[in-house]
Amino acid sequence: MKFTRRDLMRTTAGLAAGVAGSRLIGATPAFAQSEPTYTPEAGATLRVLRWSPFVQGDEDAWIANTKKFTDATGVQVRIDKESWEDIRPKAAVAANVGSGPDIMWVWFDDAHQYPDKLHDVTELADYLGNKYGGWYDGGKDYATKDGKFIGLPLAAIGNAIVYRDSWVKQAGFSEFPKDTAGFLELCKALQKTGHPAGFTHGHGVGDGNNYAHWLLWSHGGRMVDDSGTVVINSPETLKSIQYAQELYKTFIPGTESWLDVNNNRAFLAGELSVIANGISAYRTAQINRDNDPKLTEIAKDIRTTNLPIGPVGKSVELHQTTTAVVFDYTPYPNAAKAYLKFMFEQEQMANWIEKSLGYCCQSLKAFADNPVWTSDPIAAPYSKASETLRPNGYSGPLGYASAATMADYVLVDMYARAVTGQATPEDAMAEAEKRANRYYRV
Amino acid sequence: MASTTASTKGTSSRLAGLTESRGWLSAWFMLPAAALLLVFLTYPLGLGVWLGFTDARIGRPGIFIGLENYEYLWDDSVFWLSVFNTLLYTTVASILKFVLGLWLALILNENLPLKSFFRAIVLLPWVVPTVLSAIAFWWIFDSQFSIISWALIEMGIIDQRINFLGDPTNARASVIAANVWRGIPFVAITLLAGLQTIPQSLYEAATLDGAGRWQLFRYVTLPLLTPIIAITMTFSVLFTFTDFQLIYVLTRGGPVNATHLMATLSFQRGISGGQLGEGAAIAVAMIPFLLSAILFSYFGLQRRKWQQGGGD
Repeated sequence: MKFTRRDLMRTTAGLAAGVAGSRLIGATPAFAQSEPTYTPEAGATLRVLRWSPFVQGDEDAWIANTKKFTDATGVQVRIDKESWEDIRPKAAVAANVGSGPDIMWVWFDDAHQYPDKLHDVTELADYLGNKYGGWYDGGKDYATKDGKFIGLPLAAIGNAIVYRDSWVKQAGFSEFPKDTAGFLELCKALQKTGHPAGFTHGHGVGDGNNYAHWLLWSHGGRMVDDSGTVVINSPETLKSIQYAQELYKTFIPGTESWLDVNNNRAFLAGELSVIANGISAYRTAQINRDNDPKLTEIAKDIRTTNLPIGPVGKSVELHQTTTAVVFDYTPYPNAAKAYLKFMFEQEQMANWIEKSLGYCCQSLKAFADNPVWTSDPIAAPYSKASETLRPNGYSGPLGYASAATMADYVLVDMYARAVTGQATPEDAMAEAEKRANRYYRV
Repeated sequence: MASTTASTKGTSSRLAGLTESRGWLSAWFMLPAAALLLVFLTYPLGLGVWLGFTDARIGRPGIFIGLENYEYLWDDSVFWLSVFNTLLYTTVASILKFVLGLWLALILNENLPLKSFFRAIVLLPWVVPTVLSAIAFWWIFDSQFSIISWALIEMGIIDQRINFLGDPTNARASVIAANVWRGIPFVAITLLAGLQTIPQSLYEAATLDGAGRWQLFRYVTLPLLTPIIAITMTFSVLFTFTDFQLIYVLTRGGPVNATHLMATLSFQRGISGGQLGEGAAIAVAMIPFLLSAILFSYFGLQRRKWQQGGGD
């Protein structure tokens, strides 16, 4: 792809191509006054550590856009990737030892574990927010601390129901139920027809937490209240556990051992009728690299929808959220900010979201009209992920306690203990309360 | 002038003392090893112990809080579950590895056809990276795609899949089985090396005295193999007790922490959860157990009676 100066001026902070392509200058006239400029340090090189892609188009587009940045500025950018579950420990170690990648894509409330080690990007975030319709609240919460941006909200990885349309119809449901009561009935019917549902009760960082938080929040439960007091032991939580117990009876056996990949694998093998997952499950079937005719049939039969609405009366989900942080130890903070600015500008960001095929939901509202959300109806439920997401540890403050409580699978274990009969719902709640209190330090 | 000469002589003799004295030379030669131990062993260990007494978190150095981390752990059911799991895992896996490893070593010590080939094959599980073998076991124990379940169903022995990693008891048995599979070669090959040091003449003499196969094993092989067994099993116990990768790949400590070992819980709390102090405290809590294993081996090896095959 040829990258012209016109492109440069229109889409980015602008690069003064005549000055060896190393100086970023103002771009859109309407925001020219408040637009920050970042001149990469002499000899700057950057190292970015991101999670391994689930949709290849995401990585390809990011690398291609990065190359455009390098071509324009001369700043070499090395992009490394790690299995997404290993990002959290890697980021933790980098923050602690003060050495590692300059920029990292972290998950959930990781940034709140080491806010002092992160570069303040408020100026850049304000500029991007003003220019592109504002940040969604959920992503912004994860990326801000005490009113300052300690990272840029990059994307929400939407979680939605992925199901086999023909099997749902065969079970007697012309459309997928919208509420939790109807959903339970559907799961019972699916079990009877031999095509059960399956949701992760094991230590799956994404799927396990997504499901457990949906169970809790859809019934009005919370881990902590606004002040950070643990309130998990509540009638609402009890109802959610009882609901989970009923659902679990209809599941395929073994869900308490599932990690993140199990549900996709079983679903794509035709073992399951309903799972909750990112769009990657559908894309894997759709792209069908091995031209497996069975997978082609599954892709045609797949439908998606948002998780059912519970007694709270609105859609509330965790989703996964990823934030791009710049570590304070980087010798090239200006180059890092110039790079992020470039990647968040219209042409690059829109292209990246589109090529991610619905896996990455925009963090800036102006990108909500991306054609990826309308070109394929399967992607539609994922388009609202950033809008409907609730941060981990709702409704308390984000920080060490919320991150540690999630990392210790307190909520996931609470449901797993109860549904497998290892504890009564009351005992499971009491233990979760005790474990959460250890982090929230009562 | 005279005093200058005397001073020079004094310096050179001191230098000679430093370079030629046996005591000093020994110290010089030991210095690199001591420095390595200090930097790569003592310092990290000391730091870990210190962190266990602090409330250090990721990105924050923490302050001294005495035994608070240990007090929290004392009341933590998940921690005690991990201690139980670790002891169960280590004990059962070590016994199985010893019995099966010794059995394999005795077989390989016989004059079998293709002996070298079999000896090489036996090492394979040990050579394969743990993560790779763990992924293989992940498939073998999968709740939907297990080849064991499939084979048993095909043979008509069972009518539904085995929930290998979902049921707590099955999950514990499964991870132990995977660890045993991986650990047997180390025990077998090391004991085989020990078996080959036993002089053939002892067997011949015992045979002339009328000893049978069992008596040969009981009164010749086993006593002479005891020092090797002690050191092999010490290492085996240490490896098993500190196992991490198998659990991390197979279960992440699930279901409901039924397979969490102290090492995996320490990582989960310390690194993933950011509670460095508590994670370090869990790791430090492993030291008494490890120390016991080492002391057992040390004193066992020092016992002349043991070395000569006698009892206490």
